[in-house]
Amino acid sequence: MRAKIRSVIENNLNVFDSDVEFSDDDNIFRKGFVDSLFAVQLLDYLEQEFRIKISSQDLNIDNFYSVNRIISFVEEKRRQDGGTSA
Amino acid sequence: MSDPGIKCVVWDLDNTIWDGVLLEDVTVRLKPRIPEILEALDRRGILHSIASRNDYDHAMAKLREFGIAEYFLYPEIGWDAKSIAVDRIKQNINIGYDTLLFVDDQPFERDEVASTHSEVWCLDSRHYLDLLDHPRLQPKYVSRDSALRRRMYLDDIARDKERKEFVGPKESFLRQLDIVFEITEAEESDLVRAEELTYRTNQLNATGEKYTVESLDALRQDGRHKILICELTDKYGSYGKIGLALLELSPESWKLKLLLFSCRVLSTGVGTVLLTYLRHAAREKGVRLLADFRDTGRNRMMRAAYMVAGFTEKEHGNDGTVLLENDLTHTPPMPDYLKTVSNVDWRRG
Repeated sequence: MRAKIRSVIENNLNVFDSDVEFSDDDNIFRKGFVDSLFAVQLLDYLEQEFRIKISSQDLNIDNFYSVNRIISFVEEKRRQDGGTSA
Repeated sequence: MSDPGIKCVVWDLDNTIWDGVLLEDVTVRLKPRIPEILEALDRRGILHSIASRNDYDHAMAKLREFGIAEYFLYPEIGWDAKSIAVDRIKQNINIGYDTLLFVDDQPFERDEVASTHSEVWCLDSRHYLDLLDHPRLQPKYVSRDSALRRRMYLDDIARDKERKEFVGPKESFLRQLDIVFEITEAEESDLVRAEELTYRTNQLNATGEKYTVESLDALRQDGRHKILICELTDKYGSYGKIGLALLELSPESWKLKLLLFSCRVLSTGVGTVLLTYLRHAAREKGVRLLADFRDTGRNRMMRAAYMVAGFTEKEHGNDGTVLLENDLTHTPPMPDYLKTVSNVDWRRG
């Protein structure tokens, strides 16, 4: 899951030069230029790839600002939904 | 609900725009009144494109010969299925399927498009002479921005071409566009455009509310509201008036009753810029910053914009409206990849 999420961010978030590294704790929204277009793509991706439903209440930047935050969010969501593992 | 207004007409060529089949007969002739119809719709702010099975260069040369080539944005001339052509046009212009009209003389092509995109209005081309009088092609508002719409899309195509050729981070790309983002209090002359924006921008409207010129004018003058209108310019030209915010002011808080942007400016991030600007202004003034959001099924982008700008949910209203609040504590500086200009006087109101 970590690798998938990292690659989505790397591929879609052109703000990072190819040689710039970002850690799993870096705030991707503060570190560079992130627009709502990317955010909505990220939400759609997470829903499809990990078969979760992200509700309006979940839309808090605290859930999505770093790779580690996204992973905890997805895991928590799956626990709640009793969802199947992808 | 009535059918939405048409924003783009996608034309077939053979036996639709002209009589005859170009591959078989190079002397095809334009159908009667075609240039007049293209021009009249263009002036109403309705765009044109093409979905035709033809050789691209050959067909474009013919359109230039007829003097109508410049009307068509993102023409799809080739051998793909027309549903795919319509798809690409929809993506390129960035509008909803229900605002597209597909005109073709062949039932097969119309059915093929309709089977994939049920929301696209597919019309038999023998009715093309009636188009100018059809209610779905009579926009309620024709502002200065509507008449310039095609010009602005052509600027977009130039921008996009450069974006594709540009290697490197997005911010550097945006930086060299010399973007100026202007936030002003709406004047009376802006209200027609403001109303038009509320009716046109379905995907990027945070509440789905629509307002008339009269209601906006009343709000503008009641002393408890501010209407902000945003204009964007870059080195290619003006995007026109592309954003609108309606704020309800009280001594303790400002509430965004409406926030919307034209889909054309999505990739420039100005939605977030306006919200950042308001966060700074609210903080300086010492008021809470609130926002109404209503899920219309099409506007998740706006909810994401609020999220990116640090808004969280406070309470749910009975009517499906959600109240969001910004905690204003970690407001980032204004981005410096563009220049923000504002004349809004926050002391008043």
